[in-house]
Amino acid sequence: MSRRAAIEEALLPPLVALLLAAVVGDALILSFGQSPGAVYKLLLEGTWGNAYGFGQVLYKATTLVFTGLAVGLGLRAGLFNIGAESQLAAGGFCAALVGLLLPAGIPALLCLPLYLLAAALGGGVVGAIPGVLKARFGAHEVIVTIMLNFIVLALLNYLTSARVHVPDTLHTPEIKSGALPRLGDMFAPFHGSAANVTILLAVVAAVALGWYLFRTRSGFELRAVGLQARAAEYAGVNVASVTWRALALSGAIAGIGGLNYVLGYKHYYEEGFATGAGFLGIAVALVGRNHPVGIVIAALLFATLSQGGLAVNAIVPKQMVDVLQAVVILAVAVSVPEVRRLLSGARRRSDA
Amino acid sequence: MRKLLILVAVLTAVHGALLFVHPSGAAVPPTGDAVDVGIVFDLGGRGDKSFNDGAYIGAERAEKELGVRVRFVEPGESADREAGLRLLAAEGMDLVIGVGFIFTDDLTQLAREYPNTRFAGVDYSVAQDKDGKVIQPPPNLAALKFREEQGSFLVGAIAALVGKSKKVGFVGGMNFPLIHKFEMGYAAGVKSVCPDCEVISQYAGVTPEAFRNPGKGKELALSQYQQGVNVIFHASGSTGLGVFEAARQTGKLAIGVDADQFKEAPGYVLTSMVKRVDNAVFDAIKRVKERHFAGGIYQYGLAEDGVGYVYDANNAKMIPAAVRTRVEALKADIVAGRINVPSTK
Repeated sequence: MSRRAAIEEALLPPLVALLLAAVVGDALILSFGQSPGAVYKLLLEGTWGNAYGFGQVLYKATTLVFTGLAVGLGLRAGLFNIGAESQLAAGGFCAALVGLLLPAGIPALLCLPLYLLAAALGGGVVGAIPGVLKARFGAHEVIVTIMLNFIVLALLNYLTSARVHVPDTLHTPEIKSGALPRLGDMFAPFHGSAANVTILLAVVAAVALGWYLFRTRSGFELRAVGLQARAAEYAGVNVASVTWRALALSGAIAGIGGLNYVLGYKHYYEEGFATGAGFLGIAVALVGRNHPVGIVIAALLFATLSQGGLAVNAIVPKQMVDVLQAVVILAVAVSVPEVRRLLSGARRRSDA
Repeated sequence: MRKLLILVAVLTAVHGALLFVHPSGAAVPPTGDAVDVGIVFDLGGRGDKSFNDGAYIGAERAEKELGVRVRFVEPGESADREAGLRLLAAEGMDLVIGVGFIFTDDLTQLAREYPNTRFAGVDYSVAQDKDGKVIQPPPNLAALKFREEQGSFLVGAIAALVGKSKKVGFVGGMNFPLIHKFEMGYAAGVKSVCPDCEVISQYAGVTPEAFRNPGKGKELALSQYQQGVNVIFHASGSTGLGVFEAARQTGKLAIGVDADQFKEAPGYVLTSMVKRVDNAVFDAIKRVKERHFAGGIYQYGLAEDGVGYVYDANNAKMIPAAVRTRVEALKADIVAGRINVPSTK
């Protein structure tokens, strides 16, 4: 494929999808009797238009990058992980517990590995359960991860409110050391926004996952299983082992996402601290086409819509932005294969 | 390729054109000098038939009667709570209101950061220091709290007098201090008119889920009705829908909470212990408008019309005149301070 064709194929489908979504958004806004230009302007002003809004976008995108990567990794192995929601919560909870056990006054850099380990373990165990059930008994991971969401969230719910909460609140006491600095502490304009240095962890995770998937043997095996499990098995790949490891790793990545809130923002675990971020991760992975770069871009897009929803809430209901998110997902799902078909058709004709 | 380019061009053109459409009713930036009020709802949002709707009604009334401008923000996830408050504070609102105890930490922090903006928190939970002394909220923050125990006391008396059974029931949502206020007030109300009555109290759980579990509510209510209870008071959010269902099934009575819940099971809802979030919100806005807003803890009880029970055309025939007279006498006693209603276990 020529360089130009490659660029066309990478850029045209999302462009068409975004335009489609924008036009549907126009219609929605008009149906509320508002001016699309004014609403989009407000949305952009409230997000990328000032440092605070941009900081909020970065904060939300950070969590979404983790859940997006988690779901994307699973999909690369042909596994649909719907459990990022509870894996994220479990990771955050375990990190908060570690924070309660640590003595005060330890430098953040020293505790960070501990927190990473705790969050990864918390999410990883929740992810490994469907993995093992699938590898050993053939239980479908979609069913198991969905059901585990209920079980794990209810369990965390119980543990928080019955064991470790501060009276009259839904959160645990604050962690004693290891809180990560916010961007606002370093760059004054970001003041007040929740964005924090966990964003660097998200970037590292995206790069590391890209390297793992496309540059290592284990990543190659994982993708081979995802493309055609039987062929991979024939070629000597241990499919069962790849399956459970992929889901455990996926859960661990989602779990680390919990640090964004627990270490970076509030410094405690709160009931439902990132409600919906796990499910939105599925959309992020889908729109980002399971590629780390695409996932980062998609996370920024969805974070913008989410934060922008607050900004435009004055003139249109919140549900409008929820619908717009859904339209983006549908537009990508429909337009990507369709645009590709058109592109390859055009190429064949020009070759002839 | 050409098809694709045409598609992109058409979509761009349509989008571009629509951007400039200005419907006649479109919002224009507010001008002129008026009091600006911003309200951030709890995650439940508008349409919960309780708390958030109460705040909405109060704000709407303030818009009409006081001529203030109100803006609402509906958060999508928990980080949006602070973001919503901050958005409104940064816009220079005169008053920013957070609806629900969950806003407590965020409100306290923002009130310190924006000392010139006024804040109010519905059900703001006031913390205590190590010696049990109340920690006052910042001077620009009004904690709007309710004496739920007083309203619950009155419905307790109604339950005992109308139920004509030695057993009365209570179904709570999450087992924590806010709901204990309902239970303790209710039990005291029962005992005040029927000292040898037994109050059967049960909770749906220890987590917030306990406010969203109608199945559990029905189960608890059915078992209480079977034990000989004739009236059950619920303070359990949508778990109470199950209590109403059980009342309908057994032909017994239930008492609603927060808002008038008569419509949930007409004929089976004896009355409701109403929490007038609308009045509290309206009051806070009014004080800002009249320039005598002050921070601190505001308690809304029977005297302030902050809590009460429903007595109207719908349920008047279920509550005999003698009962009504007796309950009104109790209400006068509480308002005058002759009865002190307990609020903690």
